[in-house]
This record gives sequence, structure tokens and C-alpha cells, in this order.
Amino acid sequence: MDYLIDIVLLGLLMITGFAIVRMRSLLAVAMLTSIYSLLSASLFVALDAVDVALTEAAIGAGISTILMLATIALTSDEEKAPRHTPLLPLIVVTATGAALIYGTLDMPHHGDPDAPVHHHVAPTYLHDTPGEIGVPNVVTSVLASYRGYDTLGEVTVILTAGAGVLALLGYRTRRLNSRGPGNRQLVVLRVIAKLFFPLILLFALYVLFHGDYGPGGGFQAGVIFATGFILYALAFGLGNAQRVIPHRLLRIMAAVGVLIYAGVGIESMLLGGKFLEYRVLADDPVTGQHLGIMLIELGVGITVTAVVLIIYYGFVSRLHARDI
Amino acid sequence: MPELLGHYNYWIVIVLMMTGFYTVIARPNLIKKVIGLFIFQTSVFIFFISMAKVDGGTAPIIEAGISVYSNPLPHVLILTAIVVSLATTALGLALVVRIREAYGTINEDDIHVQDEAD
Repeated sequence: MDYLIDIVLLGLLMITGFAIVRMRSLLAVAMLTSIYSLLSASLFVALDAVDVALTEAAIGAGISTILMLATIALTSDEEKAPRHTPLLPLIVVTATGAALIYGTLDMPHHGDPDAPVHHHVAPTYLHDTPGEIGVPNVVTSVLASYRGYDTLGEVTVILTAGAGVLALLGYRTRRLNSRGPGNRQLVVLRVIAKLFFPLILLFALYVLFHGDYGPGGGFQAGVIFATGFILYALAFGLGNAQRVIPHRLLRIMAAVGVLIYAGVGIESMLLGGKFLEYRVLADDPVTGQHLGIMLIELGVGITVTAVVLIIYYGFVSRLHARDI
Repeated sequence: MPELLGHYNYWIVIVLMMTGFYTVIARPNLIKKVIGLFIFQTSVFIFFISMAKVDGGTAPIIEAGISVYSNPLPHVLILTAIVVSLATTALGLALVVRIREAYGTINEDDIHVQDEAD
């Protein structure tokens, strides 16, 4: 039965993909892209990748769509027809696709337990995690502990992206109207937003601190936390959101998150271990691992929240600056 | 999964990948190009996650009484790749906004015309 879900979801993904290419209205395309992400998140659940599904749903279907809509608002939502015939691109795409499909014929079948990918380091991680790290979620243990270096690099990439968007779009405070998109039409949205705002933040904290035991962790929690503030900004205007969480604070937070992460690494060196070797952080190695993972996930969460909001503020403040 | 469909996931992934690739090379609209890249990226995510699946396995969260788990390593790689995709999409879209401000259009053909006129 499992593979039926797989076949249907992949079929839907393909239809959505084709619709995205054919549609001319960019607004519709942005919504279809969100659906495309949500479908792939569902597929990830069917394929046992629950952590990935949570991330894709929060980032792909949530934040990316908001950014695309903001870009469309800043530019235009009409796509002009291309001037040249699509013949050459079609030939290139068909040839590449045919070569790739020929390449898959040698691959092991989907779901094959004897595939080479399952026989290198993965069994070690699955076998050693309960004893060495003591957290049930193996994805978290690999992400935060075994491959802690990679994740530190990842957080730095996020910080760099935030700095890049800040450099490109800037941030203009002067003309923000604190009253936001006024009038009575938004009453329902505002009541709902007020109701959901604390729940979203609470859920983000749950995802952050329960990441050891279930799907979740710093990346997902950071994005969900930022979504709460974005919802608030959508309902009450950027000026009010800026009062709740000012841009200056966000810039500091983005750096503080990375600092906490690297600080845990330095601290474990000072205590006689290697960089990011958490087991020296407490008397008991497993408690040390727990503490280390908790701290770096917190750092990741802070940076991701701050950067997502910096990016959002960047796009929307430009929109305000242009409108007024 | 039946024998005949052993590579079904991979084939659909390639179709999606080529859909994204086609959008990037054939469509002159810059936002459409960024969306094409996004589709391409997501298809690669599906490819990795499909490889991680083990028949009869479950999500890699250790639980008493379960012995078969899907491979957690591709999950970790793709989790971080999704976060990087947010970074690239945001930067790409910010560039599109600035290009629109500089040229007054986000159509690649029009931008070429303006560049050649200079």
C-alpha cells in the first residue's frame, strides 16, 4: 500500500511542476510553488524523513512563498512571452533527461535494504547513537553532534545570507507607518493572528527543545518562531512588528546565535576536549552530549529566527518605502 | 514496490529536475528562473530522500522493539540543504528586486536590449 501513496504524490508533483512552467501569472505560480513544496513535504513523511518534512513545510511552503509574493509585489506579476522559440532548450532538456534516466538503470531499486548507501557510516550512527549520545532521534544526533562542524558551517551560511540581503535591500525605518494596513477589513485576520501568535511561539519552543526525542530542532524551530512574527507583521503592519522585535535587536541576535554555537566548541576545548566535543561539558558523557546539543540547537534557532526576520523586514520595508 | 516500478521515484525526480532546468534556460522572466531553480533543488531533495528509504523501515527515531530504520544520513544532508535553499532563494530574489530597480524590468530579453544600447 505504501508505494501507492508514493506514486500518487509524485504524480501530483509532476502535474504541479508542469503547471508552474506553463502559467503566465506569477502570483498563481507562487501559490503553485507553495503547493509543490507542501506535496514534497508530504512525500518526505511517506518516505520516513519526518525531520526533513517539517523543514520543507516550514521553509519551502512557508517562508519561500512569502518572499516570492513580496518580490512580485515589488516587481510585476505578469510574465511576457519569450521571444525565441523553445526548441533548443527542449532538445537540451530532453537529451540531459534521457542521459540521466539511462544512468538510473544501474541504480539499486528504491527501498532496497542492500543498496550501498545503507552500508557505510549509516549503520554505525544508528547503532552507536543510543549509547554514545543518548537521544532517540538519530537525525538530531548526526546533525548536532557527529556532524557538528557541518552544522556550524550551515549556520554561518544563513548568517551570510542575512548579511547579503541586508546589503542588497537595506532597511529603511523612516517611512514605516506604524498603523499598518488599517481599516476594518482586517478584523478577522487580526483576531485570529492575536489568537495564534502565542500558540505559534509555544509550538516553536516545543519543536526546539523536543528535537532530541521527536522530529524537530533548531532550524525548524527558528523558522516557525519567525513565522509567528511574520503573521503579526502581516496583520498589524511592519511598524508595530518593529516595536515588538526591533531590527537592531535582530542584527545582534543573528550574530549571537552563531557565537553561542562556536562558544560551545571553544568551551569544550577549554575543558580539555576537542572542538565541539560535548561529552566533556558535564561529568557524565551522555549528560554532556545532551547539554551540548541543547545549547547549539538554541544557537541555531536564534540565528535562523533573526535572519528570516531580517530578510522579511528587508523586502517589506522596501515595499513600504516605495508605496508612500 | 513492484519490480517494474523499482526506479519510478528516480524517473519522476528526473522529469521534475528537467522541468526546473527548462524553466531556467527557456523563460526570460527572472522570478520564473528563481522558481525553476527551486523546483530543480526540491527534485534533488526527493532524490536523496528516496535513496534513504528502506523497505519496511520506519523514521530514524530509536524506539524499543523496532529494528529496521531508514537511513538517517541523507536526511541530515537534505535538512541542511533545505536551509541553504532558503538562503539562496532569498538572495536571488533580493537580486531580482535590485535588477528591477536598475533596469525597470525583470525580463531578461529587455535587459539584454538595454545593455546593448549602452
